Amino acid sequence: MNFIRVTKRDDLPVRMEVIIRLVAIVLSLIAAGIVILVFGVDPVRIFKSIIEGSLGTTLRIQQTVVKAVPLIITSLGIMVAFKMKFWNIGAEGQITMGALAATWVALFMSDSMPLFAKLLLMALASMVAGGLWAFIPAFFKAKMGTNETIFTLMMNYIAIKFVTYLQYGPWKDPNSNGFPKIAPFPENAILPSLFGVHIGWIIAIICAILIYLFMTHTKKGYEIAVVGESTETARYAGMDIGKIIIIAMFVSGGLCGLVGMIQASAIEKTLVSGIANGYGFTAIITAWLAKLNPVIIIVVCLAFSMLIQGGAYIQIAMNVPSAVSSIVQGIILFFIMGAEFFLQYKVGFRHNEAKEVA
Amino acid sequence: MQNQAIETKENNIAIEMKGISKSFGALKANNNVNLTVFDGEVHALLGENGAGKSTLMNMLSGIYTPDEGTIAIHGRSVSFSSPKDSIKLGIGMIHQHFKLVDVMTAKENIIIGQPTDFVIKGKALTKKVKELSDRYGLDIDPDKKVYEMSVGEKQTLEIIKVLFRGARILIMDEPTAVLTPQEIKKLFGVIRNMKAQGCAVVIITHKMNEVMEISDRVTVLRKGESIETVVKNEVDIPKLIEMMVGKKVDLAIHKESFPKSEPLLKMDGVTVLDAEGKSALSDINFDLYPNEIVGVAGVANSGQKELCESIAGLVKADKGRIFFEGENIVGKTPRDIIVLGIRMGFIPEDRLGMGLVGGMDIVHNLILKDYQNQPGIRLRRGPCIEKAKKIVEQLDIMTPSIYTPVKRLSGGNIQKVLLGREIDSAPKVLITAYPVRGLDIGASYKIYDLLNEQKKNGVGVLFVGEDLDVLMDLCDRIIVLCHGEITGIVNPSEVTKEDIGLLMTGHRLEQEEE
Repeated sequence: MNFIRVTKRDDLPVRMEVIIRLVAIVLSLIAAGIVILVFGVDPVRIFKSIIEGSLGTTLRIQQTVVKAVPLIITSLGIMVAFKMKFWNIGAEGQITMGALAATWVALFMSDSMPLFAKLLLMALASMVAGGLWAFIPAFFKAKMGTNETIFTLMMNYIAIKFVTYLQYGPWKDPNSNGFPKIAPFPENAILPSLFGVHIGWIIAIICAILIYLFMTHTKKGYEIAVVGESTETARYAGMDIGKIIIIAMFVSGGLCGLVGMIQASAIEKTLVSGIANGYGFTAIITAWLAKLNPVIIIVVCLAFSMLIQGGAYIQIAMNVPSAVSSIVQGIILFFIMGAEFFLQYKVGFRHNEAKEVA
Repeated sequence: MQNQAIETKENNIAIEMKGISKSFGALKANNNVNLTVFDGEVHALLGENGAGKSTLMNMLSGIYTPDEGTIAIHGRSVSFSSPKDSIKLGIGMIHQHFKLVDVMTAKENIIIGQPTDFVIKGKALTKKVKELSDRYGLDIDPDKKVYEMSVGEKQTLEIIKVLFRGARILIMDEPTAVLTPQEIKKLFGVIRNMKAQGCAVVIITHKMNEVMEISDRVTVLRKGESIETVVKNEVDIPKLIEMMVGKKVDLAIHKESFPKSEPLLKMDGVTVLDAEGKSALSDINFDLYPNEIVGVAGVANSGQKELCESIAGLVKADKGRIFFEGENIVGKTPRDIIVLGIRMGFIPEDRLGMGLVGGMDIVHNLILKDYQNQPGIRLRRGPCIEKAKKIVEQLDIMTPSIYTPVKRLSGGNIQKVLLGREIDSAPKVLITAYPVRGLDIGASYKIYDLLNEQKKNGVGVLFVGEDLDVLMDLCDRIIVLCHGEITGIVNPSEVTKEDIGLLMTGHRLEQEEE
């Protein structure tokens, strides 16, 4: 028990870092393979099918991208907050409120509005709504030091239940034959497509570039990074910490709100209470795995949506429960997270036998 | 006499470390280090920062395992796999930062982590603690809560804690750093008692005077290697420093006097209340003139932090006025001070926690004070890149590049980055809180030189320090704080260290300047 030693690493060459991560992925595939074997399925076929299912045909690639879009933009939003060590786990709620605002614009403002004017208005409304939903916990954190983790989490439920209320109550579609659902969006409120995928993917790329520039080339981005490192240093440098928290959270929530608009407009084509679909939580993982780097976020989110899309595919193609895919996802995550430990600590065996001690 | 005493104990070797090597990645922290400590001996471990003292002691207390070499305790070869093993063999380490639970009593702190009966037998424990403290001349109230204790009491408690665990070998990491001269005297008394009882004491320190006062033998480490072990009586301070640094060092601090002119900074009845409404600083009055270094002495937490922060605008004075060149700056935030161009530099005590951003590189740390005055929303790095190169060159900062996160630099280099940034803004008033804390001799003297240079250039420097010898050598006047009040403003050439020590503990002197 005593022969394993764990010591903190000082500095790790980039090459070693890449090797450790690759080893983690290979090991995770082996471990996942064993689990799949237990289910009585050939793991190699499963892995092949996941790749086929996510990248095999143009249509499947398009589906993979469709799933990556909300993940990327939400991760970017979460990243801004996390850079400041503000643990925003309220992306689900911010997405939902964004979708709600977009829906209001879509359904209750003139149907004759030109397409892009309406979409732009929806996008703006969704960002403001998502931003405001994030502003509330940020305001209380800045002024009264409340715990943002619990606050943002609770805000999720309020948002989701509020949409449920609208769905069953005031916004119920009179033409739905009594079904509790909200009316579908009119034509001029639906995102157009480019290369077979709704233009959300372009928005995602633009967001990534803008957030990269915001975080590295503006004074506000710099302030956010300083506050995240040390609030005392921020105070020393004359920064208004409360204001910075509020602005950063508005940006964070605004991005998440935009996701709500994209999902409502392009995917659901209406508002449903489950519009956020867990992206707000998955994005925490992807943002973290990407080390809060906007460029890596795109890569990580694409890889994740391959797993999601491939998982859906094996369920249909191989008649395997999609839970298998979730298990594979979980195992891969587990190993990648585990690799973080080995990136920070060195584990070695003792050379000299421990001699008896007193 | 003393030498003889050591010789008779030659047989009782408490610690024998032979050929110890320890690497961290590419860095060889210890290379073939030898250390022998006898029972009943006070052994000083001397060396600059990064010389490998802490690494060596951490191996002795079971935190690290050596890559090579052997450790024998009382003649038995040992191999520690955790601090527990080391404690079992009677080795106790007293860290520089106390590891105590604030809301518990002394007694409770002593038994934390100890295998005791399910029910704590309060009275028996009190008796045992009393016995132990009487034996070594330690003075402690077993039922006092830690948060009510002074720094000296906390240290006493740490010592009792390790003695209670049966320690016969004590390792103390810079034990005097936070004590008043009187407390140091007391501590040395305790150490002498332990020595008389046959304990072995290893003391890590930077302060030469203390090495000469308390130790029997001295082992000097340099760049991870043990240079020499010498009997204290056979060496002097310059010789020790030469062994430490590897070359002769000029240890004189040159003090020049300048004629007085208009004060730069005027503190007029400044009072700062803490969160509980008690005064952390009360009725502070003094002037700071150009071309002078004013020292601030005092036991830790006597209001030094509040004094610095109230001037720098981080804490708002609740009463009184602070004039900077005739303008009252009370109520101005650090941002106001930067934006209004009030030329004031501040080196806070907590360098990485307040003065700098540890995870950021030198350039981005320079931007910290620069960006407020940049127009627009874009962050401009250009000017700070040039500035970073200049500061690195001028202050001789050892760093792989200007893009290395500052927390990876050594303490001295971190301090130079901070000082470099503050000096670069051409301040008229420079406030420095413990600027040499944790720095080695070479780096400390470099900092003193830099401060003296600023003084020569007409800057008024406020120097909050802890080493009274340095304060007296460096400063033109010394303000002594006790419980947030000024107990005296003295001229170092007219008083003794003991006088200042008395002022630090709240006694007032007969003759007071001003």
